[in-house]
Amino acid sequence: MTLILFFEQLLNGIQFGTMLFLMSAGLTLIFGVMGLINLAHGSFYMIGAFSAALIAALTESFWLALLASLAGAAIAGVLIEIIIIRRLYRRDHLDQVLATFALILLLSEGVRWCFGAFPLYLNIPNVLNGTVPIFDNIIYSKYRLFIIFMGFLIALGLYILITKTRLGIRIRAGQNDRQMISALGVDISKLYTIVFAIGASLAGLAGAMIGAIQSVEVGMGEPILILAFVVIVIGGIGSIKGALVGSILVGVTDTIGRIFLPELLKVFMEPSNATSVGSSIGSMLIYILMALILIIKPSGLFGKS
Amino acid sequence: MIIEKFFNKWIMFFLILIPTFGVIFDEPYFITLATKVVILGIAGVGLNLALGYCGLISLGHAAFFGIGGYITGILSFHALNDEVLFSWPLVVFGSSEMLIIWPIVILVSALFSFIIGLLSLRTSGVYFIMITLAFAQMLYFFSISWPNYGGEDGLSIYMRNSFPMLNTMDPLSFYIISLFWFLFSIFISLRLINSPFGMSFQAIKQNEERVKSVGIETFKVKLLVFVISGTITGLAGSLYTDLNRFVSPTVLDWHTSGEIMVFVILGGMARLYGPLVGAAFFIALEQTLGSYTENWQFWLGLILILVILYARSGILGLFDKKLRHEK
Repeated sequence: MTLILFFEQLLNGIQFGTMLFLMSAGLTLIFGVMGLINLAHGSFYMIGAFSAALIAALTESFWLALLASLAGAAIAGVLIEIIIIRRLYRRDHLDQVLATFALILLLSEGVRWCFGAFPLYLNIPNVLNGTVPIFDNIIYSKYRLFIIFMGFLIALGLYILITKTRLGIRIRAGQNDRQMISALGVDISKLYTIVFAIGASLAGLAGAMIGAIQSVEVGMGEPILILAFVVIVIGGIGSIKGALVGSILVGVTDTIGRIFLPELLKVFMEPSNATSVGSSIGSMLIYILMALILIIKPSGLFGKS
Repeated sequence: MIIEKFFNKWIMFFLILIPTFGVIFDEPYFITLATKVVILGIAGVGLNLALGYCGLISLGHAAFFGIGGYITGILSFHALNDEVLFSWPLVVFGSSEMLIIWPIVILVSALFSFIIGLLSLRTSGVYFIMITLAFAQMLYFFSISWPNYGGEDGLSIYMRNSFPMLNTMDPLSFYIISLFWFLFSIFISLRLINSPFGMSFQAIKQNEERVKSVGIETFKVKLLVFVISGTITGLAGSLYTDLNRFVSPTVLDWHTSGEIMVFVILGGMARLYGPLVGAAFFIALEQTLGSYTENWQFWLGLILILVILYARSGILGLFDKKLRHEK
């Protein structure tokens, strides 16, 4: 019984981790290439989810909704990059933090204005409804498996994009030496806009896919944004590989910790105490993990020191 | 800077004028608003030491604000219910005396800022921003999931804690207490900034390597600034709980960190009274825009972006022509 539960929770953790990866990959890419801390990244998660909910309500197609989440977040990303973000690249971190914090207020209230304060819901398509057996006696939700599959597919896609294509070469060159590649004739501001749009659309896709399990509401991006920060601090800022490892680590630790820590503590304590202490510590577990990793390696697992 | 000094006199004048106005026209709400501004100003003065003078971009000062707030709430909650706070190794009771609560708040916030500072200051730059943020979030999630003190619903304390010879439920008395702490925090900052220690932490903001090269252990300097900064913010949190007679996880939310930072920036970084001006502007905006539209934060965001992109030296900076000339 517990083994089955453990396996199920492990899959849940991986599923959560892959979505964290979509968020943190964009965040870390934007930081690596443009040197920008983007607190408003969670807003693209929200925008993606709302675009999907809007298109799903109009067309009743989940697949069009997923496309809409990519497109909606990318369009918002391009517009915001050109109007505001572009002016922040040369500024110090403090200005970036404040301006993107202000952007969160602006975008959250803007979306609330358009869609109202009530949560919207996205339906999972019939093909992905229900469960599927894995191995002998473990059954698992099809939709969550689909999320894991999509997560790894996108990780693979990003890997190919970064290592095998011309755009990827430019992005890597941008990470290494900004001035040099603009001197070599690469249109750097166009490259920045593209990178920002890629990051935003990945966040938007994650928002739509999670929106179908939970609900689509204003402010949904903030909890996951902060987890994404934890992920890139653990993985090393600027490293996509670090983001992947960090996401899975955080996703699994968080999910497993919340479920099993209270159970574990019941061995030593009264059950009612164990539940409250266990769930409190469980919710802090990833931050403790982060603190430990930073004590050992202050620049993260894959970061350049 | 002469103009800033002149402006500071006006600020003092307003700090006295507004409550007087409130008393004469019998508008206690004005006094309460002014108290809120002053308390948030204290939190900002605390952050300003670390952020404005030493260049430590902490996005986690909500942690200290919330710790101060929760310590106050918890002590008072136990005093109200006549329960023991903990019975091991000593039997400790709660208290509703501000004179007992404040030292405890100061000690505990100093301890927490020491621990968080010790871990976070190992890193710098973006890592520092994100780690301070993460520590504050850790306490936020703890406060939500720990059921004893209200969890997500927060903790009400019904009565403000008491202070000898003053009725703290009277808005004016409580304003005076808050104003005292505000002036005290300004006094501490002023003394610090002009001390040799202050010179070294302001130099760290300019160029840490050079400060190191003259033989100053910058880590210790930064840690001390961080602890003082966190403690002042913790004290503000304590007063804030008394003001509202309520404390909830919202005070630990990262939006609180962002808002305290906004006070500092709106007013103008590394200016003594900057955070107060910023807080006053913020509250005034909330009150005026909030009465016209529910979506006042949209306009707040817009104004903030414009300030950051085009008026970087803050409100006090606009009055400081000399500085504007230099830029």
